[in-house]
Amino acid sequence: MSEPVSIVTPPQGGVGWQDVTTAHAPLRPGRIVLWLVVLLVAANFIWICARNENFGWPVVGAYFFNPDVLRGLGFSLFLTVIGMVLGTFIGLLLAVARLSDDRLAKAVAGIYIWFFRGTPLLVQLIFWYNMSTLFPQLSLSIPFGPALMSWDTNSVITPLTAAIFGLALNEAAYMAEIIRAGLMSVDRGQAETASAFGMTRRRALWRIVIPQAMRSIVPPTGNQLINMVKATSLVSVIAMSDLLYAVQSIYNRTFEIVPMLLVAVLWYLVITTVLNIAQGYIERYYARGDRRSEAATPAQSPAGIGDNA
Amino acid sequence: MTAPRSISAAPLVEAHGVHKSFGDLHVLKGIDLNVAPGEVVVILGPSGSGKSTFLRCINNLESIDRGAVLVAGEQMGYRVHDGRLIKLSPDAAARQRRNIGMVFQQFNLYPHMTVLQNIIEAPIGIHGVPRAEATAYAHELLRRVGLTQKADAYPRQLSGGQQQRVAIARALAIRPQLMLFDEPTSALDPELVGEVLATMRDLARQGLTMIVVTHEIGFAKEAADRVIFMDGGHIVEQGPPGEILVNPQHPRTQAFLARFI
Repeated sequence: MSEPVSIVTPPQGGVGWQDVTTAHAPLRPGRIVLWLVVLLVAANFIWICARNENFGWPVVGAYFFNPDVLRGLGFSLFLTVIGMVLGTFIGLLLAVARLSDDRLAKAVAGIYIWFFRGTPLLVQLIFWYNMSTLFPQLSLSIPFGPALMSWDTNSVITPLTAAIFGLALNEAAYMAEIIRAGLMSVDRGQAETASAFGMTRRRALWRIVIPQAMRSIVPPTGNQLINMVKATSLVSVIAMSDLLYAVQSIYNRTFEIVPMLLVAVLWYLVITTVLNIAQGYIERYYARGDRRSEAATPAQSPAGIGDNA
Repeated sequence: MTAPRSISAAPLVEAHGVHKSFGDLHVLKGIDLNVAPGEVVVILGPSGSGKSTFLRCINNLESIDRGAVLVAGEQMGYRVHDGRLIKLSPDAAARQRRNIGMVFQQFNLYPHMTVLQNIIEAPIGIHGVPRAEATAYAHELLRRVGLTQKADAYPRQLSGGQQQRVAIARALAIRPQLMLFDEPTSALDPELVGEVLATMRDLARQGLTMIVVTHEIGFAKEAADRVIFMDGGHIVEQGPPGEILVNPQHPRTQAFLARFI
């Protein structure tokens, strides 16, 4: 660019200077050794596991695509998706209620979250499953008044609905807090600007606030989703044939406990990996307004300043 | 106090005895003001004089405690039913200000949208303008503010001055009957102030009704029809810039202007 201005010339003729683009990364032998050690240990561990006959790898291979296992896997995924979708939707309503000025909505949402976060999911699932022993009849009625409609509890709460209710309502409490944090992370000026331009609160929420809140909502939601994949294994206690239940019923027959659990573990890892990759793409999408460096090329900025007369 | 342009029409903005407090802090202590259509009013005053608060009361971003604000004959934030004044719901209040453009000190562009999307959001979503028409007008506005090539950039890729010019284009896109500027150059680096003021002078010349809260005395001198000087929640003095800025009568105005000369 410009001439080297040698203000401080080293006394003995000096070495002068070199452009930093010619610089090399320092050679760090310690790092290379560390890499080799870690790789060696890892390879050795894999080798030990692979050769260990107690793991029953041939059995793992034989049952990996077993129809019962795949059916259980499909059901686990189904529960995950429906639980997460319902949970997120209810969670959004709860979050908006908690942030509203309406004291009734605030209180109801607060108590909901307090209760569903404060009790174990396992207990909630068992309660839903055994609803009929607590309330044999479900009825729609005027409070303290006569019933308008009523149903036999056992016809409404099947193991499937108990599982869905249990997972979704519990998830909603956690998602509510995640979404609330996300909404609060958006600059207040954004909602105010939307309102100044005549947007209704609902439209401002969908068009302006939520898209910006997504940046801080997505990472913890990824956590929740992965938790949910594994939480579906709890429904095996209420006799729903999810992935874990499927491998359990096989090893109850064959006594190959470790290999069958490995089948389940590997499948859970596969799902989680896919979800992680998807999360990366979603995060990149919602970070799109943040790419500062790309388009701000110097070639364009003078044009903008020049013609504003 | 008549506007220098002979505009006989009813005032576009009327403020009658406006009071506003934040807790114990009495910010506005009875503001009366009429703004005629096409008039450019610049509000000057020291920090804390209530000028920004007053601007935000005009489009009801802040509710007022006493008095009334009318824009185009409608009382902001309220409707009259059977002769009784009834407070509007937040959504109805938002709808009431859809023809008022506003430019904020911190720009407040939507960071997740491109420049073009920022500009067409309100015309399409609130005013029901067809997308093609809104987009064409957005490009014309970008040309007017000198940012033709930035339609697909995101706000964070622009300088402060460019962002503020986009914000002005966004406000113009709704074809506003009134434009409010809340210290539009206060968050800008000094060398970027000029480009924003140039854009605003253009608008003033085109007959847009503007109320501008600013510290830019030079802009007031060149573009204002009327200068209002506020201090301590009151309008202390007002008149054509040639009088107020050159020969202020009130000691507070004199003291304020002395700092700029």
